[in-house]
Amino acid sequence: RKVIMADDKDVLRDVWFGRIPACFTLSPEETTEREAEPYYLLLPRVSYLTLVTDKVKKHFLRVMKTEDVEEMWFEYEGTPLKWHYPIGVLFDLHASNTALPWNVTVHFKNFPERDLLHCSSNSVIEAHFMSCIKEADALKHKSQVINDMQKKDHKQLWMGLQNDKFDQFWAMNRKLMEYPTEEGGFRYIPFRIYQTTSDRPFIQKLFRPVSPEGHTLTLGDLLKELFPAAICAEDEPKRFQVMIHGIEPLLETPIQWLSEHLSHPDNFLHISIIPAPSD
Amino acid sequence: MPSSLLWAVDVYGRVYSLSTAGQQWEHCRDAHLEFKRVTAVQQCCWSIACDHNIYLYVHASEVPIRYQEETYENQRWNPVDGFSDRLLPSDRWQWSDITGLKHQPLGDFQLPSENWEWEADWYIDENFGGEPTEKGGWTYAIDFPATYTKDKKWNSCVRRRRWIRYRRYKAQDTWVKIPSEQTESLPDPFNDITCGGWEITEEPRGCLALWAVSLQGKVWFRCDINHHNPEGSVWEEVPVPGEVVQISCGPGDLVWAVLWEGHLLVREGVGRDCLKGSSWVTVESPSPGVGVVHVAVGVNVVWAVTKDHKVWFRRGVNSHNPCGSGWIGMVGEMVMINVGLSDQVWAIGFEDRAVYFRQGVTASELSGKAWKVVSVPRDSERSHSSASASSLQSAGCFFGGEVRLQSQASMLSDADAETERAGGEVVPTPEIGDAPKPRIPKVTSDKLEDRASPAQVLSPSQSGGVDPQWSNVDLEEAQTHLTSGPGGDAAETSSLSSVATYNLALEEPYGLDEPPKWAWVSGGGCLVECHTQLNWFNSSTSTALNSSMQAMSLSITPAQTAAWRKQIFEQLSERSKREMENFMHYEQAIEQSVWVKKGTMQWWRDWKPHKWVDVQFALEQFSGVEGNKDGILFIYYTFNDEKKYLHMFINEVTILVPVLNDSKHTFAIYTAERTKQRWPMRLAAATELEMHDWLALLSVSCCDSRGIQGPPSKQAIWSVTCKGDIFVSEPTKELEASPYPTPCAQISLGVVWGIGYDHTAWVHTGGYGGGFFQGLASSTDNIYTQTDVKSVYIYENQRWNPVTGYTNRGLPTDRYMWSNASGLKECTKNNTKPPSPNWTWVSDWTIDYAVPGGTDREGWQYAADFPASYHGNKTLKDFVRRRRWARKCKLTTTGPWQEVPPIPLSDITILPLRAKGSVSAQNPAGDCWYHIPSPTGQKLKQVSVGRTSVYTVDENGNLWYRHGVTPSYPQGSSWEHISNNVRKVSVGPLDQVWVIADKVQGSHSLSCGTVCRRLGVLPMEPKGHSWDYGIGGGWDHITVRGNAMEAPRIVMPSLTDNQTATRPLQTSNQPEMNGNPVGC
Repeated sequence: RKVIMADDKDVLRDVWFGRIPACFTLSPEETTEREAEPYYLLLPRVSYLTLVTDKVKKHFLRVMKTEDVEEMWFEYEGTPLKWHYPIGVLFDLHASNTALPWNVTVHFKNFPERDLLHCSSNSVIEAHFMSCIKEADALKHKSQVINDMQKKDHKQLWMGLQNDKFDQFWAMNRKLMEYPTEEGGFRYIPFRIYQTTSDRPFIQKLFRPVSPEGHTLTLGDLLKELFPAAICAEDEPKRFQVMIHGIEPLLETPIQWLSEHLSHPDNFLHISIIPAPSD
Repeated sequence: MPSSLLWAVDVYGRVYSLSTAGQQWEHCRDAHLEFKRVTAVQQCCWSIACDHNIYLYVHASEVPIRYQEETYENQRWNPVDGFSDRLLPSDRWQWSDITGLKHQPLGDFQLPSENWEWEADWYIDENFGGEPTEKGGWTYAIDFPATYTKDKKWNSCVRRRRWIRYRRYKAQDTWVKIPSEQTESLPDPFNDITCGGWEITEEPRGCLALWAVSLQGKVWFRCDINHHNPEGSVWEEVPVPGEVVQISCGPGDLVWAVLWEGHLLVREGVGRDCLKGSSWVTVESPSPGVGVVHVAVGVNVVWAVTKDHKVWFRRGVNSHNPCGSGWIGMVGEMVMINVGLSDQVWAIGFEDRAVYFRQGVTASELSGKAWKVVSVPRDSERSHSSASASSLQSAGCFFGGEVRLQSQASMLSDADAETERAGGEVVPTPEIGDAPKPRIPKVTSDKLEDRASPAQVLSPSQSGGVDPQWSNVDLEEAQTHLTSGPGGDAAETSSLSSVATYNLALEEPYGLDEPPKWAWVSGGGCLVECHTQLNWFNSSTSTALNSSMQAMSLSITPAQTAAWRKQIFEQLSERSKREMENFMHYEQAIEQSVWVKKGTMQWWRDWKPHKWVDVQFALEQFSGVEGNKDGILFIYYTFNDEKKYLHMFINEVTILVPVLNDSKHTFAIYTAERTKQRWPMRLAAATELEMHDWLALLSVSCCDSRGIQGPPSKQAIWSVTCKGDIFVSEPTKELEASPYPTPCAQISLGVVWGIGYDHTAWVHTGGYGGGFFQGLASSTDNIYTQTDVKSVYIYENQRWNPVTGYTNRGLPTDRYMWSNASGLKECTKNNTKPPSPNWTWVSDWTIDYAVPGGTDREGWQYAADFPASYHGNKTLKDFVRRRRWARKCKLTTTGPWQEVPPIPLSDITILPLRAKGSVSAQNPAGDCWYHIPSPTGQKLKQVSVGRTSVYTVDENGNLWYRHGVTPSYPQGSSWEHISNNVRKVSVGPLDQVWVIADKVQGSHSLSCGTVCRRLGVLPMEPKGHSWDYGIGGGWDHITVRGNAMEAPRIVMPSLTDNQTATRPLQTSNQPEMNGNPVGC
């Protein structure tokens, strides 16, 4: 039993410390005084682009005139990257199965108002992050846990993420992951399903971890209900990859376990569904 | 629901109990004994100690256990003597029981055991059938046995009266040995014991069934245990068809026993008329080939543990079918299991030896849901605990509105200490020093199969003649002894005691902080309702930082090696390899903290038992996103072998205070939250230098995180600690420590005055830093060298004797011949040190002639006895004398203070302090003086004047408010007592009232010098209504004069004009402060 316990905790660490190597290049549309070197950075999968790219900004500002600088935004192969999705989700959704590092283009002009939210300061990210956590807890515990926390506890969650402090974050987040034993799981699983092939930002519905008959529901059960196309018969060729944190969990994985261990710090299980590579 | 107790024995044989309302194991302080087994019911707990005697612990209850003994005195009438004790030969005895059949003279009554005592002597019962009798209590009849009447009739030939005596069971709340009967039928010591049966019958009250198993496998039943006879009377053997190793008896009629072979026996026929039952039935072990080693029964449940540590639940057990119908295997590996009240289940884990509670056991689901580990700390060092949880909540209860003289006040605090102690022990405190060795009672067996037949197990006398040390046969030491026993039988003999060979003796002895390893648990007295919440499953008792310091304990999923889990582990490690392995040279996006300072320190633990524990201390400072510096303090500690930490955000720190402590260099860190809880974080550095380094660093980083720079503003609040450090608090900002030792400071209109111990006045230069801030960013401009001188006093004491006159030979009861003023502490010339390492001696010891009361030419003062009032000339009645020695010491430090040519000022400033018996207040213009009588019998020592109100403090710490002070009648009319235990008062320009109070509860260790603010002060009600308690600990002076809260820029309009000159005089020696609550 001890062994399993340790392993499960390791999953949390692996998830938290997941990094994506990225190469930031300044968009050729930007006017610079001299040539801008690309900037290489290890991005935390669970964080947000605008939260961890101060250095990128500083790096490129050095070669630019102040009057040419507006709000910084990122793009990958023509797709503006939504900062309010976790970095890992952006990568899995748009760039899995591509060569590393991840080539991200940096813009300081022509902010794509239709695609992206503005992010003027970190407090905007904090507000977004906290509202996600609150929404997740509304689903999990009718908001009881998050409402019982003090303001400083909320701050601890945010500071943990902002400063990449696993222990600090989890010391608080574990409370959000508790549930009454007799219920076998959360009230509803906070999850979002992303797909590249749709205009819909994501799919999100109420889904319980345990069936009315008392059966533990799995990732497969969730997909069957919300994205049946992702499940293929044995003889069919695989059409979609179901990615969470860059891995493809088996469909029989209990959804409750996934929610507890593979959720992002915002307490949502972000599932990316991408077309399977056709080798 | 009243609380009840869970009992457990650790591997050292120490007995602990855990209250359902409690949060820690309380060591049962009878520790001259180590125990092997305990079995508890609500009213008592039985146990087998390592001396193999049976012990009983009866809980004290409101109803005493008393028993009425009675005997009858019988007399017969004869014509010669009248009624006399001369009876006929056919009559009963002169002293008999009620039936007359048993001879029982008064002298034959013995106390059943030494645990009883007589309440009083025999007396005659003068009541008969509820009515009073004639004097003497006699009742009359024609003959024995007959109907007795209280009236003597013509035909009354016999009479009798009843004598009564009560005995009381005195051994409550303590372990008492049950006298062992050295009868032939009881040759071998007991090995297991179980108590239950209280639900079977109500008559007699408190009737219990107690079963025991001897080392030879025999089963015994203790007769006649009930309320009036808690110890029972005799052991009766109950024949068994095999050899029993363990037995369990439930609250009702269930009794199960484990046989040597691993099968089980079930007792049948247990009932109201026959607590012992009538016959045994065998039940097979749940798993063929793997015998049962332990069984536990409740009302409707049976749990068992097999040799392979598996746990089993018996289905279908009830009163009518005590054997049940089948076994169900349960999760978990346990060594023993116990069923308590309402069929709740307790167990001890095989691997970790922790106590587990079965969660979710309800009447409808008796098998429960999951094991939950009981992880509360032990009270191993109770003597260290200072503040009880309850006292934390009632701040300020010694700080109220009642006039109290000094002596009373100190008595009160003594009494308080007394009651705290009284709750504890009945038994003399054991020596805690030598920790007992671990002893693992053998509850598992690896040798069951090795045994050829039970018949081979012979009693020692049969097998060899050499006494194989019964007394320890169950314990580890005995193993070694036995193996070295006679010949080839040794190995066989070593498995004698039924279950054997679990060997943990070689393990390191466990320290107190390590998780306890338990050997036995008994929940028979422990009432856990299935819906109630217990505090047992969170190891930390501090509620505030609870969350942040808990180590992670994530929900555990049942042991599975499911494919999906394996897949996730594998994929995650593949992912890490793929995405990170070749890119480790990339820069991390999130910079870890800019820099970290680490060190070792000691930390006063937040929860019981409070004690200093070694911790790693680290300050991580990082640049916040918006450019401001911020920091987190980490304290890494080890608890129960687990590494844990707690942390504090620097921007939440409200104050850093060095705490005066004789033996350690300690300081306290407060946050708003911790102030509220009256529990600062207390730390001790190894050296003074280290402490100052840390304080300076922390202080600077606190200032950094709040953007405070430069000198304090005019609105700042100033205060001084007992050590003389001055603190400045910017309203809404941070307290910054500024190191200058001075007993008081005052502020007016941006000019800050301080007075040193040598009565030199210092003026604040507008700089900041200095002292331990040296080398840090401080302004060098206005920092000056400061010196201060004060005297240290010690007393030489002598007693007169007829032979040699006054000598330094005192009575044994006398004080030290060299002591401090109180005589309680020895202070010799050599061992007396300057107040802190910053001070150095600048003179040698000299006799001090300037002592209040006067001295003779050699400096002696005389008195009749210690301690008494001393006078300067010797009289005939004087038998002791003392004289005071003084030695000057000097402090040199740096700070933003400059010496002022002082003479006139310093004279004036100390004036109020010297004004005894009266107080002078003056009107703001300072044009004349009024003499105002002080409150009855109290010598005033301090006065503080606000805009319209006047407060004084007397020598006994009472705070007085002057009534009727008006601009036209500044002297006021009368005194009103506001509060006691006040050390200093300061009234602000807006009549804000701040005091330094002592004995504010909840900060025991720092109880003197708490900053308090008067609430409810309004223009029409200048004396306010109650106190708001501020930061506990170590404050000496406060000044609130500089700051007007309502409008900082419009300062004291009426006072500014003519005040500047007179102000120092008026406010002198009134340490005061203004404006906001300090650090709240």
